[in-house]
Amino acid sequence: MNTWLLSILIFSPLLGVLVLMFIPSHDEKSIKWLGVLGTLFPLGIALVVLSAFNIAEEGLQLAERFSWISYEVFQSKGEVKYPIFYEVGVNGLSMVLILLTAVVSVLAAIASFSIKQNWKSYFILFFLLEMGMLGVFAAQNLFLFFIFFEITLIPMFFLIGRWGYLEREKAAYSFLIYNGVGSAILLIVFVALFMKTGTMNFEQLAYTLSLPQAELNQLFITKGFKMGMLIALLIAFAVKLPVFPLHSWMVRVHVQAPPAIVMIHSGILLKIGAYGVIVFGAGMFPEQFKSLAFIIGLFGVINLLYGAFLALTQTDVKRVLAYSSVSHMGIVLIGLAAVNESGMTGAVFQVVSHGLISALLFFLVGALYDRAGSSELSAFGGVAKRMPILAGIFLAGGLASLGLPGMSGFISEFMAFLGLFEKMPVLAAVGTLGLILTAVYVLRAVLAITFGAEKDLHKADDLSSSERIPAFVLLAAILFIGIYPAWLSDMLRPTLDAILLGLGG
Amino acid sequence: MDLDTLLSFKWSVMAPEFIILGVATLLSLIDLFMKKESSRKPLAWLAGAGVLAALVAIFMQLDLEVTSILYDTYRLDSFSKAFKILLLLGTLLVLVLAASYKKEDIEENRGEFYYLLLSALLGAMMMASSADLITLFVGLELLSLSSYIMAGLERRNKRSNESAFKYVVSGGIATAITLFGISYVFGLTGETNLFMIAQNMQEPELLKHGFLLMFAFIIMFAGLTFKIAAAPLHMWAPDVYEGAPVPVTAFLSVVSKTAGFVILLRVIIITFIAAPGINSDNILLQVQPYIMALAAATMIIGNVTALRQRNIKRMFAYSSIAQAGYILVPFVSNSSLLFELIWFYLLAYLFMNIGAFTIIQILTAQEKSNDISIFRGLFKRSPWLAVPMTFFLLSLAGIPVTAGFVGKFGIFMGALGLEPAHYWLAAVMMATTLVSYLYYFNVIAVMFFRDGEGAKVSVPSGMAAILAFCAVSTIVLGVMPDLALDFFYGNFDINEFFMNIEAVDTHTH
Repeated sequence: MNTWLLSILIFSPLLGVLVLMFIPSHDEKSIKWLGVLGTLFPLGIALVVLSAFNIAEEGLQLAERFSWISYEVFQSKGEVKYPIFYEVGVNGLSMVLILLTAVVSVLAAIASFSIKQNWKSYFILFFLLEMGMLGVFAAQNLFLFFIFFEITLIPMFFLIGRWGYLEREKAAYSFLIYNGVGSAILLIVFVALFMKTGTMNFEQLAYTLSLPQAELNQLFITKGFKMGMLIALLIAFAVKLPVFPLHSWMVRVHVQAPPAIVMIHSGILLKIGAYGVIVFGAGMFPEQFKSLAFIIGLFGVINLLYGAFLALTQTDVKRVLAYSSVSHMGIVLIGLAAVNESGMTGAVFQVVSHGLISALLFFLVGALYDRAGSSELSAFGGVAKRMPILAGIFLAGGLASLGLPGMSGFISEFMAFLGLFEKMPVLAAVGTLGLILTAVYVLRAVLAITFGAEKDLHKADDLSSSERIPAFVLLAAILFIGIYPAWLSDMLRPTLDAILLGLGG
Repeated sequence: MDLDTLLSFKWSVMAPEFIILGVATLLSLIDLFMKKESSRKPLAWLAGAGVLAALVAIFMQLDLEVTSILYDTYRLDSFSKAFKILLLLGTLLVLVLAASYKKEDIEENRGEFYYLLLSALLGAMMMASSADLITLFVGLELLSLSSYIMAGLERRNKRSNESAFKYVVSGGIATAITLFGISYVFGLTGETNLFMIAQNMQEPELLKHGFLLMFAFIIMFAGLTFKIAAAPLHMWAPDVYEGAPVPVTAFLSVVSKTAGFVILLRVIIITFIAAPGINSDNILLQVQPYIMALAAATMIIGNVTALRQRNIKRMFAYSSIAQAGYILVPFVSNSSLLFELIWFYLLAYLFMNIGAFTIIQILTAQEKSNDISIFRGLFKRSPWLAVPMTFFLLSLAGIPVTAGFVGKFGIFMGALGLEPAHYWLAAVMMATTLVSYLYYFNVIAVMFFRDGEGAKVSVPSGMAAILAFCAVSTIVLGVMPDLALDFFYGNFDINEFFMNIEAVDTHTH
């Protein structure tokens, strides 16, 4: 059945673009409010989609499928058709990520109030970025996925390069080139799969690739080919996630991009990497994925420890958080490497939880930067006295980040490690060291800012009401998942079960 | 050939060529009788009308079956129709661009420019429509000679003169190389008709001369790649592009390049499709490493050298060399993808490149400089120029939702399609595409991130129309490539390309 709901959702940010076209570019106030309204609209539709989504049902829902491009090829075998469809749909996993996208986008739009100039083009790009993100998670074939994936790159390039801090252009270029390498590899893999199997649809591909080897040989799909494809995919998404040693661009972006954009980047865009590894890696090449599990786990632990160690030595709170993101993405890999239910669930929980936590923390860093004109740890001190609410939420965010029970970070880390202990206890034991380091660097940063001798800030007001909304909403979401994780795991279960079934339990 | 035979040919199939020939002649006559000081602008519209009429004529011919007259020296098949549409469309846009060309230097020579452009076009159309080495070569020379003069049109501009001279000399060398290769093919097969050559290639005697055939192939291929500016015969492009007036540059980089691919496809594919190479294996398979190396070298040289350019025209020259490298990739695909991919990519390339050259023309004319800095702060100064330019650059870089992406995606399909898939060629293409991001995005960065002084840019209405048309086409073909692909599939039959109807005719007579 074709309903238009998902397509409306994906393209709903374009309405904002359209309306903005008619607003004079100097009318700051209307543009900013339209910016928020323009993201509320997709959120509303996302909620409608959620209500239409049946949690208990397995498989794809609200699917749409239209013929789009068809290549006809005459070759020695005769005429072969290579059709490409426009196909979107949601399962539990993508539903959760779509919701995350819609929510974080609204909050990032509110955070964008601190943007100082060129609001009109800023919000136009912002909406295009949101469209790209929604599309990535709703796409049900490789071609569409790739297109939306690339659509996120271009607005990001502009948003970093135009509205970022001092070294913004360098950051924009390194973002573009690193992600360009990732998507280049991705495109080669996608086209190779397309040409061998004749389809780009996720489900059909997973089915074709799971055929017995004798049939696959006729399609020239050997075991070596599959392994090569999986490794290429993992490298491509490792750039996005990012995995050590491909992370330097991400630190640069987190330091140089405007805070609202970092919220989106760290909250959602990095998650495309995790989503890709789950859907394409584990979902399409289960056997090969299992045989690489140890290496994935190893990289996860390296990421976790490396990020944590570097976070420990940074003097700039943005860099602390950037390395903390590297570290936390290690936990996603650890969960995936476990290849069992708790590990997988932990990985996805970590994706969602880190999306919320890092959005919150970067939002607060943006607020702090507004007040101090700097994000060096040494510029702050005693914030708790003058700005108790800001300091309190910052502390709460920090605690969530280090995995305090009752908050979302705890559940995900616990599940991921539980999974890994089952399969690779030694690796997991080494990994737990990272959790201790996390506590140290988080508290070091939080305490340096909130307590100690009071420093002069050029503006020392506590969070304003427009700043409180994002902070409270994010904190509430973090607590909600921490206290009632069943809501999330119920959403995810059918999807993860299907992937685990492919992996052989 | 007596008069009866001459009259028995279906001359109507040559209608588009006759229209162009007639208009070109008419223009040269009118130019002769016009006062020296009077404006030549009306000639542009007349030329444009002629090209448009020829375009209409081609569309009316779409349903015609494959027809051949003059003993296959002129043949109308779906291949020639499909590519002639590109040639005519490209020339039409170049004409509009030239009609809005404001530079004073060219004013006195304007009349020449229009009929030279048409004669060049006529040469290109003959190349698309011929199946005989002699007429193909004549078409090629008609295109080349007209282009040499056009490159030197700005008589008082030293660079223009220099570029014309370089073009003539290197073009002459390339022609000699091509002819040298052709002489081998003729020597081995004793024919100039492409289909007869293909037939004679099957002679058992030739199996012994696989090496010679291979040699002939490589020489001919190398000579013919001059027109598309592929390595190693690419050196002329930057100098000529820089020195020639922008409309001429646009013509060379789009129409002339398309014609180059047309003749490559015609000559190489028809004659060598079943020819034996060394050890009597198929020659097209055997020369694949050579073509791949050529394509890879072209992509690498074009993209890497473009990085260092500060001059926007030189940068686009190297960019167009790189693009030629991409379009060479489908030659290794072993399937009908070859035709549709090259056709589609050239169509996309036509829109994005002419669009970009239009903006380059507007800016270089206003700022009197070719440096990239003329783009500074363009987004603030003239957003309606900066936004289309961004589309064109994104399309050239192969970013989704543009025609350039669909073209590149197709080329990947060709490279990775049949066994054996050419992974390393695809990897080279991808890597060089990434390199190209650097210089394409550099222009974007200059437009959006830098502050520019400079006045607001005024855009003549003709150019505004080209820009709108090219920008819309770039995006529409990126979102709905089926519009073009369906047209191509609906009207293109690969069998027609290989159908030797002349042979059938001679039997019945």
